[in-house]
Amino acid sequence: MSNATLSDKRPSSLRAAHLPKWFSWAVAAGSIALGLGISTVAGLESSIQWALIAGVLFVLATFVITSSVEGRRQAKDRVATSLVWVSFLLAVIPLASLVYETVKRGVKVLDGYFLSHSMGVVATSESGGGIYHAILGTLEQVGLAALISVPVGVLTAIYLVEYGRGKLAKAVTFFVDVMTGIPSIVAGLFILSTWILILGMGPSGFAGAMALTILMLPVVVRSTEEMLKLVPNELREASLALGVPKWRTILKVVLPTAIGGITTGVMLAVARIAGETAPVLLLVWGSNFINANPFSDPQASLPMYIYLQFQQSGGYGAAYDRAWAASLTLIAFIMILNLAARGIARWKAPKSGR
Amino acid sequence: MAKRIDVSGLNAYYGSFLAVEDISMTIQPRTVTAFIGPSGCGKSTFLRTLNRMHEVTPGGRVEGKVMLDDENLYGAGIDPVSVRREVGMVFQRPNPFPTMSIYDNVAAGLKLVGNKKKSELDDIVEKSLKGANLWNEVKDRLNKPGSGLSGGQQQRLCIARAIAVEPKVLLMDEPCSALDPISTLAIEDLIGELKERFTIVIVTHNMQQAARVSDRTAFFNLAAVGQPGKLIEIDDTERIFSNPSVQATEDYISGRFG
Amino acid sequence: MDISTTKDTAAPPTPQPSADQKRAERGTTRPGDRIFLGLSRGSGIFLLALMAAIAVFLSYRAALAISKDEANFFTTFEWNPTAVPPEFGIAVLAFGTIVSSIIAMAIAVPVAVGIALFITHYAPRKLGGPIAYVIDLLAAVPSIVYGLWGALVLVPQLDGLYGWLNDYLGWTGILEWQGGAPRSMLTVGILLAIMILPIITNVSREVFRQVPQMQEEAALALGATRWEVIKMAVLPFGRSGVISASMLGLGRALGETMAVAMVLSPSFEINASLLDPGGGTFAQNIASKFSEATEMGRDALIASGLVLFVITLLVNGAARLIIARRKEFSGANA
Repeated sequence: MSNATLSDKRPSSLRAAHLPKWFSWAVAAGSIALGLGISTVAGLESSIQWALIAGVLFVLATFVITSSVEGRRQAKDRVATSLVWVSFLLAVIPLASLVYETVKRGVKVLDGYFLSHSMGVVATSESGGGIYHAILGTLEQVGLAALISVPVGVLTAIYLVEYGRGKLAKAVTFFVDVMTGIPSIVAGLFILSTWILILGMGPSGFAGAMALTILMLPVVVRSTEEMLKLVPNELREASLALGVPKWRTILKVVLPTAIGGITTGVMLAVARIAGETAPVLLLVWGSNFINANPFSDPQASLPMYIYLQFQQSGGYGAAYDRAWAASLTLIAFIMILNLAARGIARWKAPKSGR
Repeated sequence: MAKRIDVSGLNAYYGSFLAVEDISMTIQPRTVTAFIGPSGCGKSTFLRTLNRMHEVTPGGRVEGKVMLDDENLYGAGIDPVSVRREVGMVFQRPNPFPTMSIYDNVAAGLKLVGNKKKSELDDIVEKSLKGANLWNEVKDRLNKPGSGLSGGQQQRLCIARAIAVEPKVLLMDEPCSALDPISTLAIEDLIGELKERFTIVIVTHNMQQAARVSDRTAFFNLAAVGQPGKLIEIDDTERIFSNPSVQATEDYISGRFG
Repeated sequence: MDISTTKDTAAPPTPQPSADQKRAERGTTRPGDRIFLGLSRGSGIFLLALMAAIAVFLSYRAALAISKDEANFFTTFEWNPTAVPPEFGIAVLAFGTIVSSIIAMAIAVPVAVGIALFITHYAPRKLGGPIAYVIDLLAAVPSIVYGLWGALVLVPQLDGLYGWLNDYLGWTGILEWQGGAPRSMLTVGILLAIMILPIITNVSREVFRQVPQMQEEAALALGATRWEVIKMAVLPFGRSGVISASMLGLGRALGETMAVAMVLSPSFEINASLLDPGGGTFAQNIASKFSEATEMGRDALIASGLVLFVITLLVNGAARLIIARRKEFSGANA
């Protein structure tokens, strides 16, 4: 038809010049070699430098070679691919180093003794001592925070998804968003200004837990909300059409369907607050002694312990070792939480889905 | 410009599972060929091998030859991206780009190759929308999102988007299955007009539809679940529906199974 | 969403416990619904009240402090709340907070989007899952550990890079380096970037994964390359998700306390160079000054915390505006 001219302009062939499959690997190998070479010749000290050089070379070489052989569209495609690979590799280096260093330096003093003793009579410069008091404090503070924020958060999310239509729901949605952005130190300052400065209470695990609640609440609301939204409406309608009242529909149909995701969300929230240091610094103060009562007197916590050991080490190796070992413990604690959450999520996931 | 398709000895796999076995057929230019058959018989899979969309599915792989005029789509050095520009596709559910306006949706394929002036683009968009019988309904809201249209309009928008790049062949994978009868009728009328310009292959579950719109009909079947789908026969539509040469075809058409 | 009584009685028998049905038929659904609604609405209201309380009490204590401040609270380069008369201001802190966050975002967002795309669209399928899993886990690593790693591992590594930046880009002024320990704003920015990378990556990946298959197939069927598919179908669909992911990251960067306190050598001055030690951030300043602060000092710190709070509010508001403006074209109801 009338489009003949248009079609004829296009190359009639379906064939396109193609670089071989090993092309990208070759360019990558070349770039790394060149990056290392340049670093050695120029006497550059840090591994960050040659990695950056290699990354830039890789992207540039890919673009130049491809655009000359395969054309501009393919070149853009290749550059996008190589950028994506480079960004991945560049990001992996620090994250891998973090894990590696923590494990390597942490295992030095991490043993049964370390886990079951406090810092009671150990000077910072001495070796020995442990984190028992800190583990206890973290568990109590985080537990209290979760105890408050999970019911409130899940109920709020249910309100937003299942009932919320009017102004109140809009306001709540807005302020949950706002709350998500509250820095932990600000949450700490808030409790400081009310609980400690205005009400005249002393530092305690509970004060810290209240600040942690402020941090945990929006995360719980948000993730629960997302999960509830994923529950297909057909499911709700099916239940309602069977004459099941709405609240039972929510409890028996909606929540069980979403429970995997909600659990994961809660666990992630717990993981986030378990590592919070700032509110603990302001409200719980940290301590070298065992204090099992979260409602009075300063308490230790794992992140606070790490900070104190780091800050007061004065360059003493023993304190650094303890800081790393506590870090490893904290990470392990959080990872176990995470893995357990995922296990539950998978186990509870709706069977029909993929 | 419409091209002829020649398939010979084609097998399509999902991983190690053979989904479609040993298919050979010829599809003439400027005709409508309908694929019918029970669910799972591989007709959609086969359709997707005709523009190399099958391999997009993880594990998807194809053996055999698909000749588009004189070029094998699965030959060495063939660029699947170019193949898909020659062989356009319309999907089961309307899938306009939700973030783009109606205009941008139609122009999406053209903008990929770039080098078109705004006025040229305007012309092609208008012509494509007219070609899809949608122009009068949307000409006043070209800059509104395509997702605001009704299902039938969205599907015609998708057809406009597909024909805007002037493919040689248009594949339609159950294009009406998500639409109401009126919209279905509109699409069927459109198919009748489009076959003047394109080779059209349509998968349908609706035998009346196959009878109404197609010139040739291919019947696919599978021996049992888990077995590969096979082409049972392909013939003029009239013949398939009045006097098929294979008993299974007659059984299927008369509603005895499937 | 009201259930008519006819529907209730006409409900076919189901595998549900029969007690439910009896209760439903007797029409006792209302109290249950009312209590449940009350509880969930109450939670929402509690949350609002909490936010209001935060704003009110912080403002109250901050007002106490600022009223005694003899210097201009916003422009002063000093922090002496216990001096007579008290003089303190947030100029240095505001500058440091914003600069370090900008550096962090500039590094982290593109890289995170890259990794998210890598996982969803580029990595071999067998690799993508495990990588996503590991990065998921890394998002949970607490900031104190990043701080420890930053102070003891990252900082020593940065000497070479800073010397290099100084040699080639020192003429810009902002990348000049006197050769001190690299405990500077750029270090803070880099560390913050590494810290917020997992969270931005995770959220972005989740959004990219949800792009409807049919959108991507639509682009493929038009003859798009992989990158063009991403540009046409994936990025537009994921844009608002990436923005909220970035805001989540920005929120963390703005308010990050311990890690910054551990890698920065703070001072109450604004350095033109990003490589030289000095400066400070709101959160870092609070943590560093808190233990020695008197009541006046604490109120002054609360005042600075309030400013940080307002900044995070503004950032959030801006993000919401960006997302709302794109709502019409969002893929939500495709």
